[in-house]
Amino acid sequence: MLSLTINGKETSVDVEEDTPLLWVLRDTVKLTGTKFGCGVAACGACTVHLNGEPVRSCTIPLSDAVGAEITTIEGLSDGKLTAVQEAWIEEQVPQCGYCQSGMIMAATAYLKNNPSPTDAGIDEAVTNICRCGSYPRIRKAIHRAAKQMAEA
Amino acid sequence: MALLNLTRRKFLIAGGLVGGGLAIGFGLGDDEPKNAALQATTSPGEFSLNAWIKINKSGEITIAIPQAEMGQGVYTALSMLVAEELEIDLSSVTPEMAPLAPVYVNATALMDLLPFSDGHHKGEATVGAWGMRKVAGMLGVQATGGSTSVRNAWEPMQKAGAMAREMLIRAAALQWNVPAGECTVSKGKIIHKLTGKSASYGEFVETASSIEIPDDIPLKAASARTMIGKSQSRFDIPEKVTGAAEYGIDIDLPNMAYAAVKLCPVFGGTVSDWDDKAIANMPGVIKAVRFDTGVAVIADSFWRAHKAVEALPVTFDEGANAALSTESIFAQFEQQLASDEGRSYTDEGDAVEKISQADTVISATYKAPFLAHACMEPMNCTALVGENDVEVWMPNQAQTLIAWFAEKTADVPAENVKLHTPYLGGGFGRRLEVDLVVMAVSIAKELKGRPVKLIWTRENDVQHDMYRPAALANFEGTLNSSGKIDAWHNRVASPSVTRSFAKRLLPWADIDMPDNTTAEGAADISYQISNLLMEHVPTPLEIPVGYWRSVGHSYNAFFSEGFMDEMAWAAEKDPLEFRLSHLKEHKDFTAVLQKLKEVSDWTTPLPAGRGRGVALHESFGSIVGQVVEITANKDKEISIDKVYCVIDCGTVVNPDTVKAQMESGIIFGLSAALYGEITIERGRVVQENFPDYDMVRLNNCPEIEVHLAPSGRPLGGVGEPATPPIAPAVVNALFAVTKTRIRELPLSKHGYTA
Repeated sequence: MLSLTINGKETSVDVEEDTPLLWVLRDTVKLTGTKFGCGVAACGACTVHLNGEPVRSCTIPLSDAVGAEITTIEGLSDGKLTAVQEAWIEEQVPQCGYCQSGMIMAATAYLKNNPSPTDAGIDEAVTNICRCGSYPRIRKAIHRAAKQMAEA
Repeated sequence: MALLNLTRRKFLIAGGLVGGGLAIGFGLGDDEPKNAALQATTSPGEFSLNAWIKINKSGEITIAIPQAEMGQGVYTALSMLVAEELEIDLSSVTPEMAPLAPVYVNATALMDLLPFSDGHHKGEATVGAWGMRKVAGMLGVQATGGSTSVRNAWEPMQKAGAMAREMLIRAAALQWNVPAGECTVSKGKIIHKLTGKSASYGEFVETASSIEIPDDIPLKAASARTMIGKSQSRFDIPEKVTGAAEYGIDIDLPNMAYAAVKLCPVFGGTVSDWDDKAIANMPGVIKAVRFDTGVAVIADSFWRAHKAVEALPVTFDEGANAALSTESIFAQFEQQLASDEGRSYTDEGDAVEKISQADTVISATYKAPFLAHACMEPMNCTALVGENDVEVWMPNQAQTLIAWFAEKTADVPAENVKLHTPYLGGGFGRRLEVDLVVMAVSIAKELKGRPVKLIWTRENDVQHDMYRPAALANFEGTLNSSGKIDAWHNRVASPSVTRSFAKRLLPWADIDMPDNTTAEGAADISYQISNLLMEHVPTPLEIPVGYWRSVGHSYNAFFSEGFMDEMAWAAEKDPLEFRLSHLKEHKDFTAVLQKLKEVSDWTTPLPAGRGRGVALHESFGSIVGQVVEITANKDKEISIDKVYCVIDCGTVVNPDTVKAQMESGIIFGLSAALYGEITIERGRVVQENFPDYDMVRLNNCPEIEVHLAPSGRPLGGVGEPATPPIAPAVVNALFAVTKTRIRELPLSKHGYTA
């Protein structure tokens, strides 16, 4: 049994140590908001925060997550939507929506360290794939969220 | 005959509807009893007023949506059609996936697939089109594709709203004992001003549900609409920002097992030997399953199933296609293009004669590669096979076909098939296919009584798709003395998607027939040319090909609009003005191009190293024009700076969704134009995953400016029409800057980086 801290809660899981964090979250802990997209850390659909840093959970072995604070899309807000999530709704960002958990996790981590986002900074920080092409709206939503966070 | 057999299947699948009642998507009266399918889904205190609307006694309204939500906003747009006539706010509505029933057939989609349907090209409704719609209705497949959802639902769902409204008014009049003509409706309430009475629809729904009314209630005039044409927030977005939205891959059932597969890499190859004992003791393994084209491992988690199947020793008989390569395929195309007569899809004047007499002939050869769909949500299907029944949870675009193949594979009676269609993490045509349901049910049959979730890896997905066909095209054209096109001869070689698809459903239906999807976007180009010949040469292949967002338009627009640009430069004319000069009698096309000229500031020169390209294309009933601004340097580094897009889709239902679909279609087509290429070596796909099948991302995504220019022409689709023009607009812009003409996609193949 391995002990994990997910969204502030201690959880024990009985799986092999080399299991990618993604599959533990989805199949064992049943937090399915984090998505499987490529399995090779190329698309970012599986992005979660490990001690506040965005990581691609499909290539993080469970052993590397033990002892870390793991945050998933489900743990981002405590009942109330975050400024990023609100902005995502305001800008009507998602289409199929499958990549958006990962996008929101990547954008949230970027904004935490960069309260005044730049287009170049966004390009560098959010490298996830969206097959529906919601990129123009993602960019607008990140700027909108930053503005709202600055005013709050 | 193939399709007529499907008709019978449909009626079996629908269950209960025996012996006729050829239900057609238009006309509520055709569904007998008209609300049976939806009535069966009502909760206590809830009543269905017709096949689309349920209302409970608290006034909460559920709208049945026959199409799958895959990000195109269909739950919202179709609800708007009902809400417009039912006089309700969307806040009181919950959209719900409709059950399987003939009344929900997508006649518009089928019509486009049938040979010889003359559809809606250039906005003309014809007797032929009407006839094909009737036939399509009889054939009956409930499906989501072909940019058809709003077009198909436009009339029946507005009518459904209007009829329900009238039923509620009559019920209120009965209950209040007042004349129905004195009652009015507003925001889900019925009002009788003279007595001051007002109550929610919920008060009257039970009475209303048994009131018979005529189905010829007139719909609102366009000028009286208050909902259609005004942007509404999408129903599905809030749950898509919290991780709560449930996709097929997220289904979780009690006692569920997971399956992973290893498939023969060569198309048509089979398993010749395996050693399932080798993995029997790996953690979590429940069972290994061998089927024709591969092997599966069922385990207690996906990762354990995946690890075990990777470790499972398998040998394959690679079969007859092990020598196929991209090179051999294009050699076949070239040879057939040179020697086969082909099939003519448009023949006006005498292009061949004119070209043979001309002093100067402009000629070009264009090539397009195979492409994978690569939906963000990898392919998956969950199946629970019982002794005499089967239940399937699958993100899919073709409920009728999925249910039919679940039935066949599980070998159970049609009425014992249950299908759930959750949200789709992308579709783009890939999820019209039945391969996943066949595989999942075959595997789950080996573990009866337990649900099994089959998940494909991204590698499985990229290497076992039904690909956008590769295609090769030859053009010859001549100009007259005033610099206009005198003759245009276009020959295209490609495999038929419809034939490949039909063969997968019914192997004996592998017949060479006309297929509009091979010629769409080439035979029906917008320009007025006196001598125009377009021929298609079918090149049957053992590589499965499928419907990929915009289908034949996706390559034909690249070919035709690329060559149109070549003709403009040969005539020494401005490419946009040259196009306008060939559209004199096509007012709708002219209007789109004029608008595009204005919004893109076409006549203002750009600085050195930057340039513009234009493309205009009609598909799925909508006209889309795009101007692309690019920057390019001598090191072949390019930047797609901005895309201006103008669409005339006739009438707009949800403007923000139309804009989103334009952005989406452009970026989808741009990924293909810049990077998209599936190559074949030794009978197998070379690419594996996103690192070698790359996509546009935030850093190289252009700014996109969309202008809606609805002219009131017959309704057009919006899911696909933005994809075809982007590739030619990009290569035309590249030519404007560098004077290098690209006739083969993707651009990365020629050393360009974006």
